[in-house]
Amino acid sequence: MSHKVAAPGLFDAGIIRRAAIDAFKKLDPRRLARNPVIFVTEIVSAVVTAFFVRDLLAQNGVASFSGQIAAWLWFTVLFANFAEAVAEGRGKAQADALRRTRSDTHAKRLVDPQNRSRMKDVYEGVSALDLRLGDVVLVEAGDLIPGDGEVIEGVASVNESAITGESAPVIREAGGDRSAVTGGTTVLSDWITVKITAAPGSTFIDRMIALVEGAQRQKTPNEIALSILLSGLTIIFLIVCVTLWPLAIYSGATLSITVLIALLICLIPTTIGGLLSAIGIAGMDRLIRFNVIATSGRAVEAAGDVDTLLLDKTGTITFGDRMADEFVPIDGVSERAFVEAALLASLADETPEGRSIVALAKNVLGFSTPNLGADAKIVPFSAHTRISGVDLPGRTLRKGAVDAVAANVRSVPVDFERAVERISRAGGTPLAVSENGRLLGVIHLKDIIKPDIKSRFAALRAMGIKTVMVTGDNPITAAAIAGEAGVDDFIAQAKPEDKLSYIRREQQGGRLIAMCGDGTNDAPALAQADVGVAMQTGTQAAREAGNMVDLDSDPTKLIEIVAIGKQLLMTRGSLTTFSIANDVAKYFAIIPALFVVAYPELEALNVMKLASPQSAILSAVIFNALIIIALIPLALRGVPYRPVGAAALLRRNLLIYGLGGLIAPFIGIKIIDLAVSAIHLA
Amino acid sequence: MTSIGLAQIAIVLIAVVVAAIPLGGYIARVLAGERTLLSPALSPVERAFYRLAGVDPAREQSWLSYTMAMLAFSVVGFASLYALQRLQAYLPLNPQGFGGVPADLAFNTSMSFVTNTNWQNYSGESTMSHLTQMLGLTVHNFVSAATGLAMAFALVRGLSRAESPTIGNFWVDLTRSTLYVLLPISIVVALALVALGVPQTLQASIDATTLEGAKQTIAIGPMASQEAIKELGTNGGGFFNANSSHPFESPNALSNMLEIWALLVIPFATAFAFGRAVLDFRQGRAIAITMMIVLVAGVLVAYWAEAGGNALLTAIGVDPSPGNMEGKEVRFGPAMSALFAAATTGTSCGAVNAMHDSFMPLGGLVPLFNMLMGSIAPGGVGAGLYGFLVLAIIAVFVAGLMVGRTPEYLGKKIEAREMKLAMLAVLIYPLSVLGFTAVSVMLETGLASLNNAGPHGLSEILYAFASATDNNGSAFAGLTGNTLWYNTTLGAAMLLGRFAFVIPVLAIAGSFAAKKKVAASVGTFPTHGPLFIGLLIGVIVILYLLQYFPAIALGPIVEHFALLAGKTF
Repeated sequence: MSHKVAAPGLFDAGIIRRAAIDAFKKLDPRRLARNPVIFVTEIVSAVVTAFFVRDLLAQNGVASFSGQIAAWLWFTVLFANFAEAVAEGRGKAQADALRRTRSDTHAKRLVDPQNRSRMKDVYEGVSALDLRLGDVVLVEAGDLIPGDGEVIEGVASVNESAITGESAPVIREAGGDRSAVTGGTTVLSDWITVKITAAPGSTFIDRMIALVEGAQRQKTPNEIALSILLSGLTIIFLIVCVTLWPLAIYSGATLSITVLIALLICLIPTTIGGLLSAIGIAGMDRLIRFNVIATSGRAVEAAGDVDTLLLDKTGTITFGDRMADEFVPIDGVSERAFVEAALLASLADETPEGRSIVALAKNVLGFSTPNLGADAKIVPFSAHTRISGVDLPGRTLRKGAVDAVAANVRSVPVDFERAVERISRAGGTPLAVSENGRLLGVIHLKDIIKPDIKSRFAALRAMGIKTVMVTGDNPITAAAIAGEAGVDDFIAQAKPEDKLSYIRREQQGGRLIAMCGDGTNDAPALAQADVGVAMQTGTQAAREAGNMVDLDSDPTKLIEIVAIGKQLLMTRGSLTTFSIANDVAKYFAIIPALFVVAYPELEALNVMKLASPQSAILSAVIFNALIIIALIPLALRGVPYRPVGAAALLRRNLLIYGLGGLIAPFIGIKIIDLAVSAIHLA
Repeated sequence: MTSIGLAQIAIVLIAVVVAAIPLGGYIARVLAGERTLLSPALSPVERAFYRLAGVDPAREQSWLSYTMAMLAFSVVGFASLYALQRLQAYLPLNPQGFGGVPADLAFNTSMSFVTNTNWQNYSGESTMSHLTQMLGLTVHNFVSAATGLAMAFALVRGLSRAESPTIGNFWVDLTRSTLYVLLPISIVVALALVALGVPQTLQASIDATTLEGAKQTIAIGPMASQEAIKELGTNGGGFFNANSSHPFESPNALSNMLEIWALLVIPFATAFAFGRAVLDFRQGRAIAITMMIVLVAGVLVAYWAEAGGNALLTAIGVDPSPGNMEGKEVRFGPAMSALFAAATTGTSCGAVNAMHDSFMPLGGLVPLFNMLMGSIAPGGVGAGLYGFLVLAIIAVFVAGLMVGRTPEYLGKKIEAREMKLAMLAVLIYPLSVLGFTAVSVMLETGLASLNNAGPHGLSEILYAFASATDNNGSAFAGLTGNTLWYNTTLGAAMLLGRFAFVIPVLAIAGSFAAKKKVAASVGTFPTHGPLFIGLLIGVIVILYLLQYFPAIALGPIVEHFALLAGKTF
């Protein structure tokens, strides 16, 4: 896959530069107010700065200390802004590339689309931005498609790499499931007329730009709940710090506002508060770089909660076509003779089934390609007779559906019938081969399960996700394939409404469902599912109904989408735990420092043996600011998800981020304190 | 610490668990409205109550009506108790001829009993008339506990139901809790206490002649019955000021153990009842185990601190082997005093069998920290469970995110609304405890009540507001509470601690009840195993340590280090 829109690296120099500037722009309190924790940090930074100015003017000897605290508080805010800006920056780079495909498109609008006879000739040149819903445009080879729409006439090969990154052209034609075209893609050959179905500004590309830029970003439900927790903690620590002032006076210690603010900033969850929006943006970004466009962050979160995955059999679990798996000659026919006949009958057959017969005969059974000779007469497959074959001198070879072939033979032996029955029961398709009106045997065509699919289902099961296969096959066939592929359940002889009712039933039982689909008849189920992934190759109706579009049109990607959703939530949870656990060490740094004059005995709590009260407070504040920078890569990449079940995941994350969060700052603050006292900052 | 002391502690706690499991099943049945062993005898009485009050027991309430009913009941209870105290001079059954109780003290006392706190800023025998005692205080000993149980089950129903607009009927819960749970057990425990030698008589006093020939009037009364509900209802208001250290309230080691058992058994049973109600015994068991671990940790720290004796006294040649016996009864000793102290503050009881003020700094830190944690190990009747469940919701939220799913507890998704309400409830505690303490230490009138200077004085004020907010009622002593300032602020703290906390909790109950139940899978993180227990303990300890570390560092902790350094204040 060659991506036209190259994904920038995690720390691309251009993005870093732009983010550094944006970090300052984001200091605007009106923008910061969306993030309560960092907003509080900004306010108190301003307060400490004022105290710094006062100390400077008063020359009371503490200006160096309050100046440094003020500087590091501002750094805390800037680092948080920077984290968000870096996350946005990666999207912006992609958005710019996308925007270029949109800006200079000209459209050939048909003047009289009703007049079918000469409509190809009469059009007017307009800007793509002037197109309205319902306009019909002509797109010829080499033209950019000016907007989203539906092909109403013609067939064309279209290069959709601008949005999918996939350079192989796809066919778009009027009618059927491949009629949707996307603005910004290029027609490579032939021509089509397209009815515009999206107004300028709300096309797919526009939506994609808005998404990657994060412009439309709204807080997701889960993010809101977490923000409430963080705001609550912020208020609690405000109470703790404000009330500490009188308690200190009672205890004979006078605390400066500067050190109380330093304590406050160390306690409120600035780490997760600063990284929260970056985590959300990065989660969306991961999905986009995975070539999936979600219409809302809510859908990404829902993906993490999915309990049941509805997968179409064909194309997802099995290869699209059935393949030859076994040659079963009847009694009295040697295997060699039968395989040779089957091979000859299939040589000219260009259908996937035919090719698979040739491949099996050659690769597995070691036949070489025979020459049909000049006087061979090929009988192509027709849907009417359901038979294909070849007429050689003296040999009439036929191959096809069992009943169709059997109707033209003299007798049907018992062991033939037995073989047919066995194959059918195993979920396969039997294909009869006859020579000169005599049955030779049966070819077993079967659905070939994709090689890695079974292990992926096992991984899903470990995640706690049930997989359900949807197929039009009869229950016997479906059960056989389901067993082989390792899905948990299947819907056989499925009609579109069966999918919908299955989804409803599962949702009634309190489960969240994800599915993917491409056809118009999938649209109701896509809309009903909690996570509906429409294929980019699908119809406009399907794409509208789902809440995600997969640009690669690869249904197995649902599995990764689920993992990305989970990763997003896990990253938030883990960094919250880390942030809160950090506070314990900060107390052990700051509390003895605050009260060691009033109560020298509290030096016993200075377990880190920090050099001086001032360096202890400064080191804690510096650690608090630097940890944000240190965790930006983790916030952007996400905490790795492993399909091991919830208990094991929790144990692992609690160990790393909970216990790690308790221990890390003891070490970090100590190191910073050594540095601070070595260069005599405090 | 001696092995006999540890064995005593273990025996009491094992007896609690053994009784709590079946009792939990019984409580769950009572509050589910099912028939129980006592139904033949009690259901006519129950039905008579409903008829009298015009309550249709089959009609359930939404969370808002449930809350309104609970508030109305409490307001009426408060107002009548207040009026009773103020007007007792004009009312019958006032043989001692006590005047009306002053307004601030009446406010404090009414609030104290309505909120199940039983903080007493007065001396019962010299302030309250018999009528006030019987009609006011004793009634509230039962109904305030029953109210707690009712509210806990409202929340439990929220968790166990799906897509339900209602969470039960407050009047039914109140009646059944009192009639089927508190009354029968109280009778049994009262009789057991009588058997152990606690007086139970309507006679007012005994005139005795001492060995020296002096005349002495010894107060007695219906103590055993009062004692039983004092512990069982986690009320804590004793017959005597000396509470359970008085030889009549608790004459011997056995009665002491029975009382500790009585104050722990219903809260632990409530945890098991929760498991039954959500049809998963393991859920209740996990909570009970967590409560037990936190409780035992406190007991062991207190026992260790008390058994070690006072370093200052050891330094001047006092034998440290009996431990720190200041303020302790010889018939109980450090082990049973430590267990009582941790149990009475781990529940919201507040009865005492020793002077907490005289504990070693770290020994005194245990009851203080137990209350700062909101008395959740195992908590007051009902109040413990709902307080604990709020913490469980917060713990599950953070942990749930860490496994990559929208957090859910018992199949209920924890979303913005529940988080908002849970944080609102949790905020009340530091706001009230730290807020009132901070203001008190800044005011002349606040400091004037102190008997001790330095860190110990700060501990006393902090302890008082923790006790009031927590609706515990135990006093560190050393603080004169019957002043306008403390009567008013402690009363306000009780009000906040009970109602400002429980209204969001009931709103959570309503919000959960209305939600769908999400099916559990391997991807759902289990809330019944050791991992969850560890997580809960971690969240509880860290959350509360972070809130109160500065305050306790300036109180008991600095006192501890100062004492080690030989410094006194």
